[in-house]
Amino acid sequence: MGASVQKYVLKNGLTVLLKPIHTAPIVSWRVLYRVGSRNERTGQTGVSHWVEHMMFKGTPQFPAGTLDRLVDREGGVWNAHTFIDFTAYFETMPADRIDLALRIEADRMTNAVFAPEEVASERTVIISERQGRENSPLFWLGEEINGAAFRVHPYHHEIIGDMADLESMTRDDLYGHYQRYYKPNNAIAVAVGDFEPEAMLARIEALYGPIPAGELPAPFVRPEPEQRGERRVRVEREGNTAFLQVGYKVPDANHPDWFALAVLESVLGGPGGMGGGSVDNKTCRLYKALVMSEIAAAVNAGLTPTVDPFLFEIVLAVRDGRSLEEAEAALNAEIERIRTEDITQAELDKAIKQARALFAYSTEGVSGQSYWLAICENLGSYEWFETYVDRLSAVTVQDVRAAAEKYFDPRQRTVGWYIPTGDGDYAEGDDEGDEA
Amino acid sequence: MNNRVNPIPGPDDIARRELANGLVVLARENFNAQSVVLTGLLRTGAIFDTPQTLGLADFGTEALLYGTANRSFEDIHETLEGLGADLEISAGVSSTGFGGKALAEDLGVLLDVLQDALRYPAFPADHVERLRGEYMTSLQMQQHDTRYRAGEAFRALAYPESHPYHYSSDGTLETIPALGRDLLVDYHRRTFGPRDAIVVVVGAVPAEAALDAVEAALGGWTNPDQPPRPAIPPAPALAEVRQTGVVVPGKTQSDLVLGVPGPGRRDPEFHAARLVNNVLGLFGMMGRLGKTVREAQGLAYYSYSLVEGESGPGPWRVMAGVNPANVGRAVESILAEIDRITREPVSEEDLADNKANFTGRLPLQLENNEGVASAILRMERYGLGLDYLRTYAATINALTADDLLAAAQKYFKPGAYALAVAGPDGK
Repeated sequence: MGASVQKYVLKNGLTVLLKPIHTAPIVSWRVLYRVGSRNERTGQTGVSHWVEHMMFKGTPQFPAGTLDRLVDREGGVWNAHTFIDFTAYFETMPADRIDLALRIEADRMTNAVFAPEEVASERTVIISERQGRENSPLFWLGEEINGAAFRVHPYHHEIIGDMADLESMTRDDLYGHYQRYYKPNNAIAVAVGDFEPEAMLARIEALYGPIPAGELPAPFVRPEPEQRGERRVRVEREGNTAFLQVGYKVPDANHPDWFALAVLESVLGGPGGMGGGSVDNKTCRLYKALVMSEIAAAVNAGLTPTVDPFLFEIVLAVRDGRSLEEAEAALNAEIERIRTEDITQAELDKAIKQARALFAYSTEGVSGQSYWLAICENLGSYEWFETYVDRLSAVTVQDVRAAAEKYFDPRQRTVGWYIPTGDGDYAEGDDEGDEA
Repeated sequence: MNNRVNPIPGPDDIARRELANGLVVLARENFNAQSVVLTGLLRTGAIFDTPQTLGLADFGTEALLYGTANRSFEDIHETLEGLGADLEISAGVSSTGFGGKALAEDLGVLLDVLQDALRYPAFPADHVERLRGEYMTSLQMQQHDTRYRAGEAFRALAYPESHPYHYSSDGTLETIPALGRDLLVDYHRRTFGPRDAIVVVVGAVPAEAALDAVEAALGGWTNPDQPPRPAIPPAPALAEVRQTGVVVPGKTQSDLVLGVPGPGRRDPEFHAARLVNNVLGLFGMMGRLGKTVREAQGLAYYSYSLVEGESGPGPWRVMAGVNPANVGRAVESILAEIDRITREPVSEEDLADNKANFTGRLPLQLENNEGVASAILRMERYGLGLDYLRTYAATINALTADDLLAAAQKYFKPGAYALAVAGPDGK
């Protein structure tokens, strides 16, 4: 994947990763803060995500509204992403304009204003964002699954936050979160693209070096107690399609079993993408058992690399005329099969080839690489990304069997049913042609 | 390996070959990643559906990868997934697109599966019926999707029944069950062929070798019955306000679509319309709409506008997701901003900023093989010339504020638009 990564840590604790790639005249710049919804206390759920929104509301140097115009005028794209484990900001710019991105992120690391009137207008925007998600049955089901699976750990709430907190959050709550966590010693900065490393590092030193390190709060960590029994949730809402979602507790991304679980993901539900391309899942076991048997209309399985133990999730849409009971029984039979019988060498070889292809796809563009390097450094080291294919290739059939036996224990699962209510009746207005 | 190439594809680095059967192949090399992308189109699609067979093109095209004369469903997908490759074929209105991705070493296999699916689909009855069930479940889910429902209702309002854009190319819960296998076979036999088809290959394969590989896979394909290239008719301008509400029970947010039939990709106002639309609903976090509807009033999480610019008069529309109680205020704000772009020329600053945005972001749109392949496909499809991207900045920079005003005025007339709202109370 071209040049190797150079890692530096500035005196103020800012971690810097540089990966020069001179194939196209663009650079992706990403600043990740090691704070996400996993660090949020009850009463302030959603604060990380809302702070992310406020970071686009201006600083004294770049007042509200000017940043969007500046980045767009220079032909750049920018956005941000709040996840359970982090909050990250990025700009991908023409290479000769990247200095603007460096200056924006250095400036808003300390100077974001959080004007009260901006907080007020953003409240309704955030609530609207949540309401938009609520229009999806799978949002409601996922929220209930996480809430049941994590009784203690903050993975229990959605990144967007609970409505009660979105209605009561204050400007001080938001600004306090910003002041506590937006410090250079809590950040990872990544540049990938068409630049000279020495000049880039010097510019980063000049812009970010003077920002003082801060005293970080003790990490808010409430480990989830071991789950010793299946948990079940039901969501009954309007709709006409039933969904089944099951989450099994699995370890964090640095656990030695993680790559065996990645093979299980590939074999059961199809490989997870790494940005840049995907592979279909019509030959995976769950597709054969649930979709080809005409019980489900679609099925997905997903494993997410996380800082703390999270979930291996399986989601399926039940076909019209079939039942949740049938779907759950068929799914459980497949899970039991993979716990009690080895996968084939051919299945393992396919998973490895798929990982190699997906990794190659991810190296086509600079934005995807800056994303993966940043999140992997947050997991512990950027090398997690660079060694992904090698570590997955080292997994054996026996490793997969052992991981399946251990983690697909029924006592460690949370099962959710989305039960559509009503007769699926929907009505369409007939006032076509009326004046507004 | 760091091979710097001109980031903007042009005639000197795009290889092009017209095959004897009328298919055009284009290729561009990129050895910076070990992958290859394949994209292209055939000249068939939902334009051949009738009101009674709505969804035939979409359903029939999806079934192409469910079994061929040479490969079973399982063979097709074991072949693709075993390589970590991906291939999709999907119907549009006047074209049917395909796209695939693989490691460069597997391009030949990817092309072989593609030609097999395009030329020799078997439509095996058992798999077609399974697909039909999945398709019906998907249609039912869409009935509870407010964005989908608003979009479909908008099309039905904005385009007359005589126009293909009036209809849902997905089909309906009534039409899909009636599409027997014989109809799928007939649709394929009647309309699939290589004439005017385009295939683009971009990636770690020598360009000439890519052209040869495509020719070997598809050069022997003929269909004497292939109809002339379908053309999408113009759409009449709206003369009044047309409005509808779709009730989707149990939802907490309403989605709205407001707009008119817009310019086609080849219309002279296309670039001016796109640029003024950028001012209206995209530039600087969703343009003026974002500023008024989202930022100033906090009415919506999203509020933006698009000029589709399709083979025909695709919609020029604003989309927003708002609390049901705020729909009226949001519509009022959107109409005020549309009114403004039809009355006031954009400022010199806005014009300069938006031009810089259009021209400056070009390299970003060509960041990966998909972006390059899509750009080459568009150049060939719309006859823009292979130097189109290289002269793009000059084209954009020649536009004036008066050009933008004229484009807005041509499409948006006072008191003439279509508005569809889907939400818990249909308004």
